Amino acid sequence: MDEVKVIEIKKSVFAENEQDANNLRQELKDKGVFLLNLMSAPGSGKTSTLIQLINRIKGKTRVAVMEADIDSDVDAVKIKEKTGVPSIQLHTGGMCHLDAEMTRQGLDNVNLDEVDLVVLENVGNLVCPAEFDTGATCNAMILSVPEGDDKPLKYPLMFTVCDLVIINKMDVVPYFDFDLERCKKYIHLRNPQAQIIPVSAKTGHGIDHLVEWLLKQLP
Amino acid sequence: MHELGIVFYIIRDVKKAAEENHVNHVDAVVMDIGEVSTVVPHLLTDCWRWAADKEELLKGCELKVNTIPAVTWCDDCKREYETVKHGRTCPHCNSENTWLLRGNEVEIREIQVETHS
Repeated sequence: MDEVKVIEIKKSVFAENEQDANNLRQELKDKGVFLLNLMSAPGSGKTSTLIQLINRIKGKTRVAVMEADIDSDVDAVKIKEKTGVPSIQLHTGGMCHLDAEMTRQGLDNVNLDEVDLVVLENVGNLVCPAEFDTGATCNAMILSVPEGDDKPLKYPLMFTVCDLVIINKMDVVPYFDFDLERCKKYIHLRNPQAQIIPVSAKTGHGIDHLVEWLLKQLP
Repeated sequence: MHELGIVFYIIRDVKKAAEENHVNHVDAVVMDIGEVSTVVPHLLTDCWRWAADKEELLKGCELKVNTIPAVTWCDDCKREYETVKHGRTCPHCNSENTWLLRGNEVEIREIQVETHS
């Protein structure tokens, strides 16, 4: 007679990734490398903000960039052209996020002895990347003005996991019903510790604050 | 959208458990999925079917989803309430000083295997 045997597991499916991520974080710390995981919705200006940031910070620290996308290498090429820093493209093979294992594979292609700061530009998405710890030293996200000030209420996890929230496209505030103070309140409801820096990647406004904040975090 | 990534994690963990227990075919995997875990059960089972059937160990294996109701705790009036119905604001005292107690789980509870005797 066939019988059903039950094997109890009782384990979060994220447990192994979290372990991988913690190991990676420690290895990077030992090497003196700061990994910034930058997340946002598509079109919030991740790449253009990054170009502004890198061009102002590259004289002060050694930077490399890893671009993660489902397809194409337009971002990696653009970063290399506009900033001159080493930039590699990762393809997620259809996946909507990166995890610690994929991040590690990407870092294998970066010379970690020659950089202090690696910026990982995650897949444009406000849901999935927040679920998967990449092993980054710091999580940051960009919310752009046209997306609306209510996004922290709609995508709470993303705002909970981020140490830094950059509010981009501040130059277009007059054309949208975007209330910066209300947005800050919603972010702090989710994450009282979150640092919030308003910028405009187009005009360069606020980028110096970003540079200043980031330099303070570096080892 | 992240259901496929989660399915790959489940497959990895189930393979490991099967190896440790010397099992060569798994008939069912039971998941505990919290109501506010952001995992959509039918997308998870769709992704599961596609990915599991590619594995000898998991051909035809069923993914059973057990939903865990979400419950929030209010720090001000010290009471619990249903998260999905009321969100962040406590229905008893209107406080926003509230914390999710459970309902965020994405856990493999158990695997079921047939034994021939």
